[in-house]
Amino acid sequence: MQRKTLSRLLLILVVAFTTFSCSKETAEDVQAKADRKQDVKDYVAHHLLDSHDFGLYSYTDDAGEVHHVGFPLPIILWDDGLKVFSSAKFHHGETVAEVDGNYYKIDHAKIYKTDAAGTINYDEDHHATNAKPLDLSITKGVFMMLLTSILMILLFRGLAKSYAKNGGIAKGAGRFFEPIVLYIRDDIAIANIGEQKYKKYMPFLLTVFFFIWFLNMFGLTPLGVNVTGNIAITTALAIIVFLITTFTGTKDYWKHIFDPLGDGMPWSGKIFIYIILVPIEILGLFIKPFALLIRLYANMTAGHVVLGSLLGLIYIFQTWLGGTLSFGLAFAISLIEILVALLQAYIFTMLAALYFGFASETHEHHEEHEGEIQHL
Amino acid sequence: MEIPTIVGAGLAVIGAGIGIGMIGGKAMEAIARQPEAYGKIQTAMLIAAALIEGIGFAAIFAG
Repeated sequence: MQRKTLSRLLLILVVAFTTFSCSKETAEDVQAKADRKQDVKDYVAHHLLDSHDFGLYSYTDDAGEVHHVGFPLPIILWDDGLKVFSSAKFHHGETVAEVDGNYYKIDHAKIYKTDAAGTINYDEDHHATNAKPLDLSITKGVFMMLLTSILMILLFRGLAKSYAKNGGIAKGAGRFFEPIVLYIRDDIAIANIGEQKYKKYMPFLLTVFFFIWFLNMFGLTPLGVNVTGNIAITTALAIIVFLITTFTGTKDYWKHIFDPLGDGMPWSGKIFIYIILVPIEILGLFIKPFALLIRLYANMTAGHVVLGSLLGLIYIFQTWLGGTLSFGLAFAISLIEILVALLQAYIFTMLAALYFGFASETHEHHEEHEGEIQHL
Repeated sequence: MEIPTIVGAGLAVIGAGIGIGMIGGKAMEAIARQPEAYGKIQTAMLIAAALIEGIGFAAIFAG
C-alpha cells in the first residue's frame, strides 16, 4: 500500500517536472519545434507515396552528410522510345538523370522531363506543369507485389505438392493455412455464392485474400512499404472484381437490374418506377467496386498515417516521457493494425464473394425472391 | 459565416461512428440471445460495419 502511494507520488513529480522543463521555451526552441513538426509531416506524406528506389532508412552522419540505406530499382520510361536505366541516377531524387540527351527529375514520386538544370515549373495550385513521360518503372510497390506473388507461388505450389505426397493431410505450414483456406471456401464462397457455382470463383477469392493479407502484413514490417494503401493498386483489384462480376453475370442478374419487378406488373405502371429504379441499379454496379477500393485504400492509409504520426511525436516532444508514451501507443496501434490487416483482406474477399453471388444467382433463387415480395 | 468542409466531414464521421457502435451493440445482444448463431451474426455485422465505414472514409476524403 505504502509502496503504491510512493510510486504514485513519484509519477506525479516526474510529470510535473517534465511539464516544467518543457515550459521554459525560447523563441528558438519554438522555431525548431515547428521545423520538426513540418519534418514529421513531410516524412509521413513521403512514406505514403510510391517511390522509385527501395530506401530502408537514411541518417545524417557527424559531418552533416545524409546517407541513404537501400537499393535502386529499374526505371522504365516510354518517351519516344523505351528508356531503361537505374534509379541510382537520380540520387534519391536529388539530381537530374540524363538519358540519351533527355533530362528527367523526380518530384513527389513522379518523373518529369526537365531541362539540364532540372527546373520544374508549377502552376498556382502547386502542380508541376512539365511533360510527364509514360512511367512503367518497377517502383517499390511493383517490386513488393512481384515479391509477394513469387512468395505466394512458392508457398502454395509447395503446399499443393505436400498434400499430394501425404495423401491429403496438411504438414508444416499447411497446418496454418488449411483452416484459412477452408474458412474462405465454407464461410465466404459457399455461404455467399452457393454450393453449385462457388468453384469457379475460388481461385480468385483465395488469391485476392492472401495477396491483400500478405501485402498488408508487409506494410507493418520495417521495410516501410505501403502497397495496399496506394489507390492505384486497390483500383486495379476493384476493376478485376467488377469485370468478373459483369462477365459472369447470369440472365437473371441482368434482369434483376433492368427489370426488377418482372411480370408482376403491367409495363405502363412499371415505366414510372423504372425511371428512378434502373438508373440507381446501374449506378450501384459501379458504386459496389468503388466502395471496395476506397475502403481498402483508406483503411491502410489511415493505419500508416496514425503509426507514422505517433512515432513522429517522439521527435516533437523530445522528452523521455513523451517518447515512452508515443512508443507505447504506437505499439498498441501496431497490434490493432495486425488485426486490421487480416480484417480488410477478409472484408474485401467477403464483399467480392457477395457480388459474385448476386451475379450468379439462378432462376429458382429469383422466383423465390419474387414470391417474397408478393407475399409482403 | 461559412462553415468549413472539415466540420461537415467530422459530423459525417460522428454519424458513422454512432452507426458502427449501434451495429456492434446490437450484434452483441443478438449473440447473447442466440449464441449458436454467432458466426452468421458476426459476418452480417462485419458487412454492415464495412459499408458504413465506407461512408466515413468518403467523408474524410471530401473534408
